[in-house]
Amino acid sequence: MLIKTYGDTMNDGKVELSFTLPVEANAVGAEAAKVLAKKMGMIDPSVVHSESIGAGYSFYILYGAVPFSVEMNDIKVKTVDTPTYSKDEVELMIEEKLKRDIIFVGASTGTDAHTVGIDAIMNMKGYAGHYGLERYKHVIAYNMGSQVPNELFIRKAKEVHADVLLISQTVTQKEVHLRNMVELVELLEAEKLRDKVILIAGGARITHELAKELGYDAGFGPGKYAEDVASFAVLELLRRQKA
Amino acid sequence: MNKLNLDKQIIDECRQMAGAIADDVQAFIDRHTTVAIERTVCRLLGIDGVDSFGAPLCNLMVDEVKQKADLSLGISIYVASALKHYGMSLTDFVTHYQNDEVTLTGHDLINFTEADQLLKPYLDAGFNKIKANRQTRKDYLAKYPAPETELYVIVATGNIYEDVIQATAAAKAGADIIAVIRTTGQSLLDYVPYGITTEGFGGTYATQANFKIMRAALDKISEEEKRYIKLVNYASGLCMPEIAIMGALERLDVLLNDSMYGIIFRDINMQRTFVDQYFSRLINAYAGIIINTGEDNYLTTSDAVEQAHTVLASQFINEQFALRARLPKRLMGLGHAFEIDPAIENGFLFELAQAQMAREIFPDSPLKYMPPTKHVTGNIFRAYEQNTLFNIVTTMTHQSIHLLGMMTEAIHTPFMQDRFLAIQNAKMIQKTMKSMGDELVFQEGGIIQNRAHYVLNEAKKLLASIQQQSLFQSLEAGVFAEIKRPFTGGKGLDGVFLKNKAYFNPALKRLKEDVYAD
Repeated sequence: MLIKTYGDTMNDGKVELSFTLPVEANAVGAEAAKVLAKKMGMIDPSVVHSESIGAGYSFYILYGAVPFSVEMNDIKVKTVDTPTYSKDEVELMIEEKLKRDIIFVGASTGTDAHTVGIDAIMNMKGYAGHYGLERYKHVIAYNMGSQVPNELFIRKAKEVHADVLLISQTVTQKEVHLRNMVELVELLEAEKLRDKVILIAGGARITHELAKELGYDAGFGPGKYAEDVASFAVLELLRRQKA
Repeated sequence: MNKLNLDKQIIDECRQMAGAIADDVQAFIDRHTTVAIERTVCRLLGIDGVDSFGAPLCNLMVDEVKQKADLSLGISIYVASALKHYGMSLTDFVTHYQNDEVTLTGHDLINFTEADQLLKPYLDAGFNKIKANRQTRKDYLAKYPAPETELYVIVATGNIYEDVIQATAAAKAGADIIAVIRTTGQSLLDYVPYGITTEGFGGTYATQANFKIMRAALDKISEEEKRYIKLVNYASGLCMPEIAIMGALERLDVLLNDSMYGIIFRDINMQRTFVDQYFSRLINAYAGIIINTGEDNYLTTSDAVEQAHTVLASQFINEQFALRARLPKRLMGLGHAFEIDPAIENGFLFELAQAQMAREIFPDSPLKYMPPTKHVTGNIFRAYEQNTLFNIVTTMTHQSIHLLGMMTEAIHTPFMQDRFLAIQNAKMIQKTMKSMGDELVFQEGGIIQNRAHYVLNEAKKLLASIQQQSLFQSLEAGVFAEIKRPFTGGKGLDGVFLKNKAYFNPALKRLKEDVYAD
């Protein structure tokens, strides 16, 4: 099946776009915005709004249609393909099948000062009604907070014999989070720890595919909660136990 | 103003308890000094610069005394004695020190009277510069009075020159206050980096040279816009007093300076932080710099409905610490935030109640009100809506320092257009809803009044329990943001010293005693 973006009619290909240009807001700027939109592939773009946003910079909102379509049958997405269980089910699974506590160490690592992501997964309270790992029976959760250097993170993981490492990357600038994530994998490999732990990344711009590419076992993006992470971890531990 | 029908007696009791809590800690503070305080004294004397490895001379000098002599006497007596020994001016001494030709220690210590006389001209120069900056700010504000609610935005490019471009655009778009976010992790450095910097992560190094560049840029825009644009930086960390003195010398207007933020959120040792915050705030008071406290952070970690009272309790404590550091209420930018999950029924009413409560309890303080962050997602349109709600509460309750929410909060450091749209949003609300708060009366015993009464009562209970245990023990138990910090844990404890009976610090004396009321 071929699809296009949908505005108000099937296959109209409509999209909205906004950006800033480093020029004054005037007719020339608006035309430049239009030309750029055309280069991006928009057909007949219209600048519906433009204004000065101070000292030689201008802001544009554009609408237009994009001729491209996508064949849905060709799309392959890597997602975490293990099921998600409820908190009770996870606890029961640990109790009956794994028969020992699971130790999680989590942190917002590197330069990221935001704890929102890691707190949502780990803290007692959780997020949006989904309790965090701290509240799970048979789970020991260490949340190290934000701006934790990779070295310190690994030291803690060794000290408490962590089964699962959770790293969160929330807000980023100039893709610094990617470098940091790769560095963690390299350090774990150097310490011969990589195979001994389940390594999971989470954050607003993390996808499972990206995480796998960077050498992680799984990645969880927006809309995922503690039970998603816990389910994956327990199933993976059981799988490794059998293997 | 008493729209919430708050019980004055409970408020007074809270203040008394917070006062007792602060007194207990202040007694500890008064017995101690830190490496950061002694480095700050060096800076106030006019010692600046780095050696050939980039190590700040202030650090080298304090380290020398720490290793080879007795820092519990204070750095000042060593500086004075060395000047006497070599018969040099401080400028000459610093040059020779930089070249490793002189030492600070190993000389006979002179008496206090002589040391006072020797150091006086250098201290006079430092204090006079701070006084002059204070006067310049006063003149600016007389010429261009500040609005009741000032719009505060952040720049964070890592490059001070790029920051200037962004700050200029923001000021032209209507921002009144510009904060230059520090590079990640600077708060954990036990020195202040030197010189102009063009690289950083998630922010720009706080250096005196960078402060100077941004101040000059903002002064230029202030004249063009006929509004005084205030400059903000961040003191919390291992260099609280040093950042304060640099801010005083370069005319920063606002400094993030919480008495407990470093302990709770940066795992800096509590003894170090309490001692440092006091000296830092004495400088802020002298320089007329508004402090901002960080209670908003409690709610990004803990639940904003359940933990609202911890914000209020902490504001009371921060207020009392600030008073003990000579800060008048008009310089106490106590922090709070709009962080309730928008999915909660009547959550907006709770926010309104809490913001109004803060306004009524701290009527003379320039409250710093922080935007939603915790429940902001990548849906920028929803985030814009949340920020509108936040702007409405800000306007209705007359908050002072209005930190604008960015619709891309959950995604990246703001684009220029994000900042612009945020300013536009706030300005629209300020205009169209200007007197909304003054026109409305809250129902007696209604949701809003009840919420405020409840939070105040809970804060009172919490303060009572903190007073009973002491603040040190309460922090060990995780009273704020549910984060526990041990008395001897965290970073920077090795930089705390019990003052010797013969401790000598003429700068401290002047910070405590000089008359500078304006």
